[in-house]
Amino acid sequence: MIPATFDYVRADSVDEAIALLGEHGPDAKLLAGGHSLIPLMKLRLAEPTVLIDIGRLRELSYIRPVNGHIAIGATTRHRDLEISEVLAETVPVLAHVAGQVGDAQVRHRGTIGGSVVHGDPASDLPAALLALGASLVLRGPAGERVVPAAEFFVGFLETAIGPDEVLVEIRVPPTIGGFGFQKFNRRAMDWAIVGALVATTDTGTRIALVNMATTPILAAASEAALLAGSSVSEAAGLADEGTTPPEDLGASRLYRRHLARVLTRRALESAGV
Amino acid sequence: MRITVNVNSVEMTAEAEPRTLLVHFLRENLELTGTKVGCDTSSCGACTVLLEGESVKSCTVLAAQVDGMSLTTIEGLADGDVLHPVQEAFRANHGLQCGYCTPGMVMATVSLLAELDVVTEEAVRNGLEGNLCRCTGYHNIVRSVLDAAGVLS
Repeated sequence: MIPATFDYVRADSVDEAIALLGEHGPDAKLLAGGHSLIPLMKLRLAEPTVLIDIGRLRELSYIRPVNGHIAIGATTRHRDLEISEVLAETVPVLAHVAGQVGDAQVRHRGTIGGSVVHGDPASDLPAALLALGASLVLRGPAGERVVPAAEFFVGFLETAIGPDEVLVEIRVPPTIGGFGFQKFNRRAMDWAIVGALVATTDTGTRIALVNMATTPILAAASEAALLAGSSVSEAAGLADEGTTPPEDLGASRLYRRHLARVLTRRALESAGV
Repeated sequence: MRITVNVNSVEMTAEAEPRTLLVHFLRENLELTGTKVGCDTSSCGACTVLLEGESVKSCTVLAAQVDGMSLTTIEGLADGDVLHPVQEAFRANHGLQCGYCTPGMVMATVSLLAELDVVTEEAVRNGLEGNLCRCTGYHNIVRSVLDAAGVLS
């Protein structure tokens, strides 16, 4: 499978990438690791006319504590998250989840920013950022704006980023307790059929679900039940409330709802809730 | 566009369209056919090569993205007639049957062993999750990797 033809340009800075997006219009796409975009282009589901390569921008590859949160550059690779000592100490769930994305080869190329702006509800990192209450820093011609993860994922493969904006940084608050991540799939490297992620933050126990709606989604009913004193199994039994799971070769809607409840219980248990 | 890469310590240049996938660039432009096209959907790992020393699936990388960078393919492992230790371990432990997945398995193994602090059977099985063998030869492949790491019991 070969992508449709396109022009390729390499940006040497974020500002140049923004200028190139403005110059080439909405049919241009940013390319970082390419592990979401290139498969879509091979299937001709995406046919950008121009690719603007930001994959080598070292200025966007970092993980560092800043003012009480962890700042992660958008082109930081999954592998770098997986082995980050900063994350191991402050947000270990994010390092763990990054280590479950795809396989070793995918993690050597794929980036957190690429995964986030792709906005696939079946991918793990967007759900993790939702549970963690992360913020996304978007830079465009008019400057920077900061969008909470809860407002960033607006539909299937659709996010709040504008056509002339670049995701430059992800800001994640440190977690304060145990975590759990349960990913159910048939082959180890596949997308989750359903995933459940539990993180303990200063706002309480947060639960996010992978592939249970058109966007990553919080298991709000389970979170509320825990706050009200319900047991783990009672709370997990509500995990699929308000979800709209897809139906495909991987699983039926009904089976996905079942998985969401079971995986949420397991994730809560492994988080020590 | 003109693309120059350092492959197996040799600088090589070819003209290719921006949409050329790295695996096709290696096989067709540079005539290094050791790297295989398997599933073509970044699942099977047959196309695995090392990019700056780390395993990547070359069916999901554009040649344009690696312009100016260093690659190692299966052709670059042996030292003349002397096999690389991972190749030798695959030979000694019958870590292949039809051999189609083998270049990718070997390259993924070289990358994995460079990253692992402690090599265990579980770590090898997890670490090779991105490589499929349709002869169902995993048992001997895992033995080969453990042998290459010097921890085969």
